[in-house]
Amino acid sequence: MENTLIEVKNLEKYFEVSSGLFSRNKAIVKAVDGISFNIPFGSSLGLVGQSGCGKTTTARALSLLDPKTGGDINFYNTETSSMQSIDELEGEELKKFRRNIQMIFQDPYESLNPRWNIKDIILEPLNIHNIGDLKDREEAVYEILKTVGLTPPENYMPRYPHELSGGQRQRVSIARTLIMKPKFVVCDEPTSMLDVSIRISIMDLMLNLAKDLEVSYLYITHDLAVARYMCDRIAVMFNGKIVEIAETEDLLNNPIHPYTKRLISSIPIPDPSHKRETYEVNFQELDSLIADNPNSGEMIEVSSNHFVATHDVKGIL
Amino acid sequence: MSNEKDIAKSIRRAALKKNWRLFRRSKLGMIGLYIVIFFFFLSILQPILFVTGVWNKGVYDPVVGYSEQFQEFLVVECPTEYPTEKYKNRSDCPGRTEVNVRTLYYSDAEVGDYIIQNLQPAPPSSEHILGTDSLGRDVFSQIMEGSQVAFVLGLLSATLGVGISTILGTIAAFFGGKIDAYLMRQSDLILMLPTLPLLFIISAFAELQVWHLAVVLGTIGGLGGSVITIKSQALQVKVKPFVDSARITGGSQMNILFSHVLPNVAPLALLFMVFSVTGAIASESVLSFLGLLNIDMSWGLMIYLAQVEGFIFSGMKFWWLILPAGLSVTFLTGGFYLVGRGLDEVFNPRLRDR
Ligand SMILES: Nc1ncnc2c1ncn2[C@@H]1O[C@H](COP(=O)(O)OP(=O)(O)OP(=O)(O)O)[C@@H](O)[C@H]1O
Ligand SMILES: [Mg+2]
Repeated sequence: MENTLIEVKNLEKYFEVSSGLFSRNKAIVKAVDGISFNIPFGSSLGLVGQSGCGKTTTARALSLLDPKTGGDINFYNTETSSMQSIDELEGEELKKFRRNIQMIFQDPYESLNPRWNIKDIILEPLNIHNIGDLKDREEAVYEILKTVGLTPPENYMPRYPHELSGGQRQRVSIARTLIMKPKFVVCDEPTSMLDVSIRISIMDLMLNLAKDLEVSYLYITHDLAVARYMCDRIAVMFNGKIVEIAETEDLLNNPIHPYTKRLISSIPIPDPSHKRETYEVNFQELDSLIADNPNSGEMIEVSSNHFVATHDVKGIL
Repeated sequence: MSNEKDIAKSIRRAALKKNWRLFRRSKLGMIGLYIVIFFFFLSILQPILFVTGVWNKGVYDPVVGYSEQFQEFLVVECPTEYPTEKYKNRSDCPGRTEVNVRTLYYSDAEVGDYIIQNLQPAPPSSEHILGTDSLGRDVFSQIMEGSQVAFVLGLLSATLGVGISTILGTIAAFFGGKIDAYLMRQSDLILMLPTLPLLFIISAFAELQVWHLAVVLGTIGGLGGSVITIKSQALQVKVKPFVDSARITGGSQMNILFSHVLPNVAPLALLFMVFSVTGAIASESVLSFLGLLNIDMSWGLMIYLAQVEGFIFSGMKFWWLILPAGLSVTFLTGGFYLVGRGLDEVFNPRLRDR
């Protein structure tokens, strides 16, 4: 049985920006403009798209860091065994709920407080939620450091972030994230600032932990190859909207939306003799699909679990 | 609970150790530190000397002490034209152990006689290593007293000022909006005020004592430009991912303010504090020198007295009335400044070689 963990409906996040120094007019940036998706328990969704398409904005709204402008975010409540809107949560309830959601940031140099040592950094969530006594907490830190591969833990606990390498810091971030045993972790390009040689090891670590701890990721990346490695499903985002969402292999093998096709054609192939054919944006397939399904609304289901957006992108793609 | 405290203590100790290592690498900072320690030692030495009875309060008290300095003087008659065989110019006569017969109104001594007279200000001797002033008070004791005043005033006003600016700057960064706008305009206004002329005016209306001065200087410093700098630092910290991370986990505003933002703003605040000590000591000296401060003793006042009594114009003849006090002001303010530079190297990642 596939239970839905998180359900996002028509999520919107608008920013007001003043258009000039002395002007009173406010322009509105629709950073996220009505996106919807589900993530089942233990499954991971990749969110790919070019820079500025609204990925980080989505992540921040989902981790309840910034308030959303519109739409619904529903979360599976294990106590009542039903979906619950996060809008209904307030005060202590909200604080308790926050245990379920964590976020891993892109920059391992900025996501750890430079004045705290590793032990305190990982302890923080336990301290905030007042879980266990001091001995339990320290044991938990010890265990989680072992889990993320920073052994022996006692060598790492008293150190400060600047005394660790980028990869080790990202492991600390992961440890901090997972110590609360969250169900849902938003990862905003967690490996993009790491050296290529250690990316794979961090990704493997995250995959293994996801399996062991039954965590679902929303994994944000520029890189379709990374998304393919990490995720069960991929959503392609363009200009604040999701244009196509499908199972990973399905999306990569049968892309329909011209933007997805262009994105896939730009995956680098590590073969110097390979000649790249530049993809010509072509709306034929999308147009005929829309013509065949005149009443389908915003998304058309082309095959099981494979959705393509119908909104007009001709001028902007 | 005690365990938790012990751990926190050991963590703090480790951090201190590391910073101390960084600080020691800065030569200027270490020189500054030695200077500051030297003056601190001076200022605690004086009460110790009094309590242990090494110094008699009646003789060595910096304000009301009096030391008799009788000495034999040769009565001479100063010539009207210089240079002569004995004296090169007018300020050479009378010499240190001579007295001009024309100034001896109450004595019938004649030129060539020796008379016993009280010598004030007396030059350095084994009893008074920096001599005495014109009222027979020990200059070294006055220097020590001045050092106490400088420390009390400097640290008091710096602590007050930095406390105010750290709190206001962090609040402005954290809550923004109208509070921020108000605090920034206030800073601009205070920045425009010329501090010294303002103090002149205040001292015209009210008797300024040292602690008044500390409060005034602290408040002006605390509301002024440092609020803006601290705010910009707090703004930078506020948007760091580790702050977001604490928010996502459920940390409260207060939690984030105190455990994430303040610790990352504190080094800058400390730096401000050290530099503002320098400003406070210098302001005190200027005010005392102008005779605008109601104070028993301070370095500035020592120079003021030497000046109004005319000793400042007699070259280096009465150097012990001017040099020790002047050098003390220069060295202690310079010392604090150098400590600030050293701290800057510890806390400023741009300057720190890793
Ligand atoms: N606080 C803000 N105020 C105004 N506009 C914003 C704000 N944050 C983001 N935006 C705008 O929203 C859009 C989406 O930004 P977002 O950071 O989500 O992009 P992204 O997909 O994460 O890009 P990248 O891959 O470069 O990280 C951008 O056009 C950006 O300029
Ligand atoms: Mg981003």
